[in-house]
Amino acid sequence: MSDPRAVKLSARQVSIHYWLTRSSQPFLAVDSVDLDVYAGEFMVIVGPSGCGKTTLLNAIDGLQRISDGELELNGKPIRKPGGDRAMVFQQASLLPWRSVLGNVSYGLELRGKMQRAAIRDRARELITLVGLKGFEDHYPTELSGGMQQRVNLARALAVDPDILLLDEPFAALDAQTREYMQAELLRIWSATRKTAIFITHDIKEAIYLADRVAVFTARPGRIKEIIEIDLPRPRELRSKREPRFLEYEDRIWNSIEEEVRATESRALESVGSR
Amino acid sequence: MSVETVIPPNDPTAKAKSAEVPQVRVRRRIPAQPPWFARWESLLFGSGTVIFVLAVWQAIASARIVPPLFLPGPFAIWEAFVAYVADGSIWTDLAASGLELIYGYGLAIIVALPLGLLMGWYRRVNMSLDPIVNFMNAMPRIALVPLLIIWFGIGIWSKVAVIFLSSIFPILINTQAGIRNLDAGWIKAARSFGGSDLQLFRTVALPGAVPFILTGMRIGVGHALIGVVVGELVAARAGIGLMMATAGAGFQTAKVFAGLMIVSLAGVFLVGMISLVERRFQAWRPPN
Repeated sequence: MSDPRAVKLSARQVSIHYWLTRSSQPFLAVDSVDLDVYAGEFMVIVGPSGCGKTTLLNAIDGLQRISDGELELNGKPIRKPGGDRAMVFQQASLLPWRSVLGNVSYGLELRGKMQRAAIRDRARELITLVGLKGFEDHYPTELSGGMQQRVNLARALAVDPDILLLDEPFAALDAQTREYMQAELLRIWSATRKTAIFITHDIKEAIYLADRVAVFTARPGRIKEIIEIDLPRPRELRSKREPRFLEYEDRIWNSIEEEVRATESRALESVGSR
Repeated sequence: MSVETVIPPNDPTAKAKSAEVPQVRVRRRIPAQPPWFARWESLLFGSGTVIFVLAVWQAIASARIVPPLFLPGPFAIWEAFVAYVADGSIWTDLAASGLELIYGYGLAIIVALPLGLLMGWYRRVNMSLDPIVNFMNAMPRIALVPLLIIWFGIGIWSKVAVIFLSSIFPILINTQAGIRNLDAGWIKAARSFGGSDLQLFRTVALPGAVPFILTGMRIGVGHALIGVVVGELVAARAGIGLMMATAGAGFQTAKVFAGLMIVSLAGVFLVGMISLVERRFQAWRPPN
């Protein structure tokens, strides 16, 4: 593959095992994944639930060890969490005793490289960017799910990572808020143009956001195919109803359908064999 | 839902009016309650009940339904309390009991907090200490008083020991539970942002466990007060519990009640203080 763009993240034959409690053998979650993510690219990984996509993302973040292969960011192997990456979690995971400002500052505080005042300024900047100006002193319990995810996003962007990791950040939101947040994410992303890896099981969401979509197989997760999404940016929410969008949706759904089927029938078998 | 249409019944023009433009009066069902009442409601009802109970009690005592030797009325108890203050012995007793409480309960907090945090955080510390903690917690520690008196004498230290043993376990167990119940997402986020163990401890574990710790401390206060009184009942040189034992032996029932009131009010006061701290730490919790 000769691509002129710089490779930001590269995975070569990455496999990840882990131990489940009460199990006698390691569980293979991710199997021999090859993946290149280019600088400034929005990569979306889509796959059936439980296929190991989150595990791979955790490994990229450095929270999970890989058992085989090579996983490199900017040419350096990933061993532990670092300042060049930041994760937006599926559950906002905000500290409820900290205000919005305190939560957005949190990552920077842990890094400990900036003065307190500078951290606050930076946090305020990001709060404005994600559209929460005026909510600095609110506590997470006072915010809606969508607003909490904005804080979650701002907290990750505040540390100015090289690569932004998003783990199904909108999965827990209601359908309308989710659509709106997708548009918001694109707006914020185009303001920063960070390399992003986004995980979802929602095919429409994947196409709408992505430069490329990587389709994962059912467990153990393997990359089935990578599809370039050649839709112009900026994208509108109504682009989701355009014929080309629907063609992509059809194609990815066909690719993923048998994987979903595999997952389901395996679940049925395991119930039946009991 | 909350909007009603009301057509005035005795208005002859009503029909005509409603034919052209419907005459609609909107009655909103906003709960009507004067704010001064809402604010003092709980105080009003609470003190109302207390006054009522005291009045009934006094009536029973005044009517001599039960002889005062068994049940003195509130006024008799108040008089006994005033006499107790007047003869000055209250101060030595309060000082002794107070000191025992401060030493015993304070020591329990100092030991229980770090131990509970360690047990909650490190699985193996928990595995190692859990059997002993469970055993000690299940043991009726009041039953240790005779032993503690042999070990520490009848001065304040035997009481300090029993108070310590009574109040340490609720604090320890709740602190450990608080750490155990931390949201896994908080820890994952902190780790993802490169937080060190110490940072996690300071920014996640400690603030996250505060509600549990304070609950433990509140339960601990009750146990500590039991320790004070029972410890002194068995053997002591001074203290509210000793006073109650002596007064009881001399059938000074009102004075026993006065001692009981002092201990109970001390408990209410201490729990109130902890609740204040609790409220300070839980400003972020939405009022339910």
